[in-house]
Amino acid sequence: MSGNHHDSHHPGPESSAALRTKALEALLVEKGLISTDVIDAVVRAYEQDIGPLNGARVVARAWVDAAYKQRLLADGTAAVAELGFGAPQDAEIVVLENTPTVHNVVVCTLCSCYPWAVLGLPPSWYKDYAYRSRVVREPRTVLREFGLEVPEAVEIRVWDSNSDVRYMVLPERPAGTEQMSEAELTALVTRDAMIGVANVQVPVRVGRG
Amino acid sequence: MPDEPDSRIAHMDEAIALPRKNGELVFEAPWEARAFGIAVVLNEAGVYPWRDFSQGLASETAAADQGGRPTGYYERWLETLTKLAIARGMVTPEELEVRTAEYAAGLHDEHAHHGPHETPGV
Repeated sequence: MSGNHHDSHHPGPESSAALRTKALEALLVEKGLISTDVIDAVVRAYEQDIGPLNGARVVARAWVDAAYKQRLLADGTAAVAELGFGAPQDAEIVVLENTPTVHNVVVCTLCSCYPWAVLGLPPSWYKDYAYRSRVVREPRTVLREFGLEVPEAVEIRVWDSNSDVRYMVLPERPAGTEQMSEAELTALVTRDAMIGVANVQVPVRVGRG
Repeated sequence: MPDEPDSRIAHMDEAIALPRKNGELVFEAPWEARAFGIAVVLNEAGVYPWRDFSQGLASETAAADQGGRPTGYYERWLETLTKLAIARGMVTPEELEVRTAEYAAGLHDEHAHHGPHETPGV
């Protein structure tokens, strides 16, 4: 490959790079060396890289390990890093514990700051102006719209993320999960629960106490 | 495994790190995502170790930084990928050139049937 630079860089529908990429892919597919499906899958996997699972592992660890939970609430960034998540140049991670009397919910009223190192991609509604503005003014109503009924007696705290601090909710461990392993618990924790718009549910087969 | 991102790819050195915005990979055009995917798949298929790709990308980047080549991240990525694919005998420069020219001339256009895409016999 040589000399095939952008001399004829025309602003047509497809750039020279786009055409060359298409040609390369087509040739590799025709030779049976790759398949478009696999490329699709890879792109999707990387787009969802560092998905909510990282955060779910953090939550499950905190549920089974009281000392870890203490460290997590004291210094979220460090405790998350203990499990190998987060990047050094990231914003500080602050973890908020839900209790029987306090329910936390996270928003970024200015834009869409989000603890992506633990939660992956923000859901589209998180970036919507409707969510960003309303959850601050009427959190109980907004949560109800998410299907989460927070009892009147429970205080709702709304946390506004910014470029320096990213919040993540530590949901309550549901009753009936006492026998579950850390891996099983990890599977229960959803992205929405770590944003605070849902609680962690126990699958029916486990049964409730 | 396609569903298990490789951290050597996802978190490369700062000079050649994948463009991200708020943590998400940023592809400014569909071809960038394709070029990304092809490079990763060829690595997973064992065509080259990722180190070879990242070193290639680093030298493309250094060359671009020297001036004269105002290319974007994925232009350098594609250059790296193309060179490696040729070096490993996956494609020849000639066939790539020919096919690119054909696409540029619109010879393969209008493949967009409504039904399922024709798959060449394997």
